[in-house]
Parts: sequence; structure tokens; C-alpha cells
Amino acid sequence: MAFKQISSPHGHNPQSTSWIMQLVLLSTLPGFLALSYQFGWGTFINLIIAVVTSLIAESAILALRNRPIAFYLKDYSAAVTAVLLALALPPLVPWWVVVVGSLFSIVVAKQLYGGIGYNPFNPAMVGYVVLLISFPIEMTSWVTPMSLLPEGVTHPGLWESLSIVFAGNTPVDGVTGATPLDLFKHSNGLVVDQIYQNEALFSQASFAGVGWEWVNVGFLIGGLILLKTRIFTWHGPLAMLGTLALMSILFWDGGSSDSPGSPIMHLFSGASMMGAFFILTDPVSSAVSNRGRLIYGALIGLLVYVIRAWGNYPDAMAFAVLLANFAAPFIDNYTLPRTYGHTDRRKATKKQEEE
Amino acid sequence: MSRTWETPGGVHPPENKSQSMTQSIGHLPIPGTLVIPLHQHIGSPSKIDVTIGQTVLKGQTLTTATHSNNLPVHASTSGTVISIDDQPVAHPSGLNAPCVTIASDGRDQWIEHVGITDFRRCGPLDLLQIITDAGIAGMGGAGFPSAIKLSPSKDKAIDTLIINATECEPYITADDAAMREKAQDLIQGIEVVCHILNDPKRVVIGIEDNKPQAIKALRPYIQESSIEIVPFPTKYPSGGEKQLIYILTGREVPSGGLPIDLGMVCLNIGTLIAIKRAVIDGEPLISRITTVTGGACGVNRNYEVLIGTPISHLLTHNEFDEKNCSRLIMGGPMMGFSLTSTDVPVVKTTNCILAPGHSEIPADTPAQACIRCGLCAEACPVSLLPQQLFWYAQAKDQERLEAHNLFDCIECGACSYVCPSNIPLVQHYRSSKGEIRKANIDKIDADNARQRFEFRKLRLEQADEQRQAKREARRLVTEQARATSNTSQPGSSAADIIAAAQQRVITKQASPEQQKAKCERALLAAQSRLQEAEKRLIEATTNGSKQQQTICSASVESARQKVDQTQYRLRELTD
Repeated sequence: MAFKQISSPHGHNPQSTSWIMQLVLLSTLPGFLALSYQFGWGTFINLIIAVVTSLIAESAILALRNRPIAFYLKDYSAAVTAVLLALALPPLVPWWVVVVGSLFSIVVAKQLYGGIGYNPFNPAMVGYVVLLISFPIEMTSWVTPMSLLPEGVTHPGLWESLSIVFAGNTPVDGVTGATPLDLFKHSNGLVVDQIYQNEALFSQASFAGVGWEWVNVGFLIGGLILLKTRIFTWHGPLAMLGTLALMSILFWDGGSSDSPGSPIMHLFSGASMMGAFFILTDPVSSAVSNRGRLIYGALIGLLVYVIRAWGNYPDAMAFAVLLANFAAPFIDNYTLPRTYGHTDRRKATKKQEEE
Repeated sequence: MSRTWETPGGVHPPENKSQSMTQSIGHLPIPGTLVIPLHQHIGSPSKIDVTIGQTVLKGQTLTTATHSNNLPVHASTSGTVISIDDQPVAHPSGLNAPCVTIASDGRDQWIEHVGITDFRRCGPLDLLQIITDAGIAGMGGAGFPSAIKLSPSKDKAIDTLIINATECEPYITADDAAMREKAQDLIQGIEVVCHILNDPKRVVIGIEDNKPQAIKALRPYIQESSIEIVPFPTKYPSGGEKQLIYILTGREVPSGGLPIDLGMVCLNIGTLIAIKRAVIDGEPLISRITTVTGGACGVNRNYEVLIGTPISHLLTHNEFDEKNCSRLIMGGPMMGFSLTSTDVPVVKTTNCILAPGHSEIPADTPAQACIRCGLCAEACPVSLLPQQLFWYAQAKDQERLEAHNLFDCIECGACSYVCPSNIPLVQHYRSSKGEIRKANIDKIDADNARQRFEFRKLRLEQADEQRQAKREARRLVTEQARATSNTSQPGSSAADIIAAAQQRVITKQASPEQQKAKCERALLAAQSRLQEAEKRLIEATTNGSKQQQTICSASVESARQKVDQTQYRLRELTD
């Protein structure tokens, strides 16, 4: 009998790309639950619209590109992009906002660059930034956290939420409000203590900001699960959170009216934890080596703080990640690990003749 | 307890070693025919000593080494040489290679051989010659001639002997079994090598901690010696020579270098036992311990197998179920290569025959896209970036591949093993390495051709220049001559020049007789010219113009003068 000629290694560990993607999806669950608990049905509706749009868009483009559709859909990468975008969008945002964002993420940011593995920028963040620039009003009105809703007002139920999202009905007064980062952006010369006293978002908070602190804790839990299952290494997230904390300590300014906020507030507000564990860990668009990821993460942490503190936007994760995506190949060039038997690191562009 | 160092990366595939360790090392009936490849080592091939039809005894040499880097092979049993031709052999290329086929006579009759009872009285060079003559090549996988490894180097003294008892590949237990059952042979082999190396400072057996029984078996023999046993945590690929050296010493073999550069030499368990047999028993390397294992084999066991035994012989004695076999592998699952036929023989480097079942090692699933997750970089034992190498391998960017240290890849397969997208990374690297090697050879060829061409061009140019220079020199000489004749030198008159010319003429004239003869000829010519001129003058006076008459009378006059001059000169000469 003739046996097949097969190259070594024979055998493989059971982990697959689909499984990694599914694990990422599962790990967003604590964050998703926290978002839904704090802000109502909006996130769930976002999620459904984004996933459906993304899968349709992915299939259509794969068909146009003559690629096997089922084979690529099974890698779950389109679903991950859709979920991450949906979780980043404000709840109860009109349906077409989600559709436009999903389409842009999948079609332009992912498939036009060659599909999975070839996108230089994080697709979800490209979609998010396009929406933020194009529809600033829709993108900046966040729902009020549950415990801060006025007397007698509750989050809209599923049907009411659907009518807000699809029929354009306006939610009841008091359902939308500011986020902690918004408050610091528009502090109107108040010192930090005054903000903390005046604003229920802070005065009723456990440690950072009502609602948002638990959303961030949710994403932190999900991130730690992924870290434990070794889906990614600690380098990127830790560098990002560390730099963000360091910057907010350096510029804490004793809580004066110029202070951009405390380290705890920065770490547990906005997209900090989601960004650290679910966005900048996207391997395709990040730096490749561990040392590279340290620099890449730190760069994102720095940019997030700089834009939050001195830029025009209250939060900056998407911009920071995209800017760092630009820098990733450059970082890679200088951060090759030292290989066994070599005395020093090499540069990726080093030529034989130069040595 | 000696300190150990931890290598980066590494993987923990299921060990699957226990199934072949349930029984002791077995022996198989002698196969009817043995196919012995003539080239089982790294180095040049050796010369064939036998002819078809010749009877050979067990241990008789079939080839002789003709160069220091080649090794002889021996008959593994007694019998008759029935063919010397190309046969399928165990090689990743799947190509055939020259082999001697022996039909065994079943008597298994040894050739006369004697061992050395006290090897300590032999010089290292004599022992190395014995090792070479016994055909011993590294039995761990590469098959490098052991005597060359152990030969004294003029640059570097060997102060550390490392015995590689790691056996980190899943399934393989050949060395483990050897250590348990042949511990004494192993220790004697180590002693022989220590003697050859003039007692190195450190002798260390590096072993993974998944072989406690082997460690226990060795302990009693090393009580009173300086041999250390250093167990370290099980992790693939700790048994790579470079990895083991780092684990045991914390030092790295320089890129492109050899352990000898650090004053170290690394030997495998099987090799040391073969050295003991060669030196102390006088037996050449004609058998080895091979693990026969995998779900498609009913019996999983280690055997002392004669070199040249067809794989099919091993399989039939192990209840091999062909239908349940997903692939046939020589070596382990991580670095072994697949065999396309069961006809190939066991060679000196065959440590394992793995016949896994379909569920054990299923067929490869199609590769998905690389998402650069970096699991491969986490697994790489030499700190490469496999995902980047893959990227550049696909782009055929050889410059970047070399900048990313492609040639430091030991092809251990850890990256492919963990790749969630099932990309056959190692295959890409092997192919890229081949392409780069080929490109380098092509480049050398092209450089040679260019050099030849440039040399030829230079040669032609030089010849041309030489011609030009000659021409120029000639031109200068003539110009100079012209210049000397044109410019009147100070103090010289026309009379001097004429005198000088006459002098030259005189020196040119060889003898008075010749001058006289010449003068006589000149007189005759002048007289005939005078007659001609007078004839023309008569014609001109009768029917010519006035001008013609003048010209003709002038030429008559000059001809007459010439005749007079010549007559005068002739008289001078005759006087």
C-alpha cells in the first residue's frame, strides 16, 4: 500500500482559529451583560443588527471575490468584528447607524484589504470612527445608567426600544445623559471634588462612575479569561492600562479645575477595559513581538489619555488604536526578538550586506 | 543538583510514551532479506567491497570508507548478496538510493571479531579508528559520523560531554528502554568517550523528568563517578542539541556554529551504546533499538532491530492494521517524515516507526488565514517570529526572511503544532530555505560567470591597448625621425648632409666589385636613356613644336650629363 507523503509535524493541538474567535465572543459576555443591565435593551439590538449586517456583507463580498463562503464564515471573525462594534456603539442608536458602521467595517476595512488576516487597521474601530465623525449627535448620546434614572422613568422595554431604533421614536426625557468622561470634558471650571459632589454619576458611584465602572469590570473579567486561556499575552493590555494610569497620575494635578480626572476614573470609564482587552489585542493589526506589543500598548494608553485630556473627544480608544495601527509595522521593524545563538537583535529591514 | 536553564517557547503535545513501555526490548525473527543502504550518514558515500552472489558473514564490511567523512556499512546477518542496486529508502525526498540486498541464511553467523578488554591502554586515535570502522553515526537523527565529532580539534578543547537522554518527541521510547535495560553498556560507552576526550571536566546526562525509571536504572552506575544526571521539566523540543546545551549550561551555540565552539560535544544514548559495543565487544553497528508504536499497531514495543530490516517485517510482527493507519512515519510525530511504502529498511537513525490510527493523527484540515495571533512566536524555542517568516515566505522576500533569522529555525514543528489556522509553517520554511540556498548557488554561479566575462573583457581590452601602444610607439619614432630630418641642426650645412648621405651610401656598398658592376649597369642605362632622348629630339625637330624641341633638347642634355658623370665615376672605380 502506498501511504501519503505528508510534511512534519504530524498532529496538531486542538485549538483552532474558529475556537479562538468563539472564545473572544464568549468573553465579551460579562461586558455585554453589564452594558445591558446598566443601559437597557439598546446594546442587544445593536448586536443583532451588527451581526446580521456583517454576516450578510461578509458573504456578499466573499461571493464577489470567489471565495468559499462557508469556510470563511466559520472562522467567526466577521461576528467578532460585529460584536465589538455593537458593544462600542451607544445603546438605542438608530438602526442605520449600526448598519453603516458594520458595512464599513466589513466591506472597506476588512474585505477590501484582503479579508481576514490582511487588514492593517482594526475593522471595528474603523467603523466606529467613521460613525463618530459622520454622525456625531447620534454617536454621543448615551443612555443614563439604570440607578440614575429619574423617579418614575425606566429604560424602554424591548418593543419600545425597537421602536426607538427602527421607527425613530424619541425616548422619554431623562433616558439619555452624560458619561463620566463627558463630565470631565465639560467641567466648566469646577474642581474635581465639586464635580464629584454635584454629579450623581460620581456621588453615587462605588469607585469610578455609576454604571460605567461595572461595564469596565465586565470587560476586565472577560479580558482576564482570555489572558488565562492564553489567547493573547499580557504585554499589550498591561502596557496600555499602565500607561493610562501613569499619565493620569502624572496629570492628576491634585484634583484642580484643570485636572482631567483620577486614575481610577480613567481606568474604569469609557472604553478603557474593552479597548485594553478586546480592541488592541486584535493580533492582525497590532505589533507582533512581545516587546513590540509593549510599545504598541503603551502608545495607545498615551494617545487615549492625551486625546481624553486635551483633545476634542471625551473618549479616544478608536482614534488611539487606529493611530497605533499605523505605527505597528514601524514598531515591528525595531522589536525583533533576539534569536538563539545571536548576540543582538536584528532589524527587520537589515540586509545581509550591512552586517 | 545542577542548575538548569529554561528555554523559551516549547509545546506539550500528548506524550504517548507509555504504550510502548509495557514490555521489555524485544527481538524479531531474522527477516528473509535485508536491504542495507550504503549511505546512512552525513558525508560522502563509501566504496562497495562485495559482489553479487558473494556470501557474507554477520558484521562483515560491505563498503570501505575512502575518506575521513564517510563510514562503512556492515552485513547485519550472514547470507548471500543478491543485488546491489537502487532501492526505496527512508528519506524525506522519497527517492531511491544504492543498497546492498542480502538474502539471510538464517544461521546469523558472526564474522570473527575481538573487543578490547582494557580500552584505557589504547590511544584516542586508535579508539576513534575503531569507532569509524564500526560505522557509527549519530543515532539521534542527523547521522553525523561520531568519530569526527570526537576528534581532537586544534582550536578548541572539549571540556564538556553532554549525553542527550532527552527523547522529547512524543511516542519514542527507544532511548528510555535502552537506559533501563542497558545502563551498564551506556556507562561503559561514556567511559570510552571520556577516555577519548581525555576526561572532560563535566560529563552530564540531560534527561526529561518523564523518565524516572531510566534515572533510577542509571543511578547505581554513577555513584562513584563524576557523571551527573540532570533531570529537567518535560517540554518539546528540549532534546534539540542546541536547546539541551542551553538547558544544561545556560550557554548558546552561536548561530551557524557547532557545540564544539563552546568546547562541548553532545552524544545520543544509542550512539554511546554502539561505541561500547564497537570498542569493548568488537561489534560493528548492525542493529539498533527502534520503537514500533501507534494506534494502527496491535503491539507497541521496542525492538533490537537489525539494520536493513524492511519496515513491513516490523509491522507484520506487530499486528499492523493497514486500514486504520492514517500515515506511516519514520521518527516521531513532530519531526519524523512520512514513508510512502513499507518496503524501506530500518537505518542507523531509525529511532521509531509510528503508525498512528485515523483518530490519533487525523488528516490535516485545510489551512485558514494567518491572523498573526502570535501563538507560534510563543511556542518557538529559538525566539523567531514564525508569523512574520510565514508572511515573507509567501511573498518570497528572501532578504526579510534572512533578516528574521530563517536559518536559525530548527524545524522542530512547535509553531505548526500550535497554529490555530493549521498552517503548515515548517513546510513553508523548508521550502524557503531551499529557495534561498538555490538562489545563493545561482548567485555564486552568476558571479563566476560575470567574473569570467569581465576577465575576458579586461583581457581583450588589454590586448587592444597593447596594440594601440605599439602603433603609437611606431608613430612617435617616425615623427621623431621626420623631425630630425626637417630641423637643421646648428653648425651643419647642406654639404655636410650630402657627405653624410654619401658616407651612408658608401657604408652600405658592400664591395668595390659590386660598386663597379652597379656603375656599369648605371652607365648602360644612362646611355640607353641618352639614345632615347636624342631620338625624341630628332622627331621633335622634324615635326614638333618649339616648346617640345626645347624640352627634348634639355632632357638630351641631362642624359648626356648623366652618362658623363657615370663614365667619370666608373673610371674612378677602375683606377
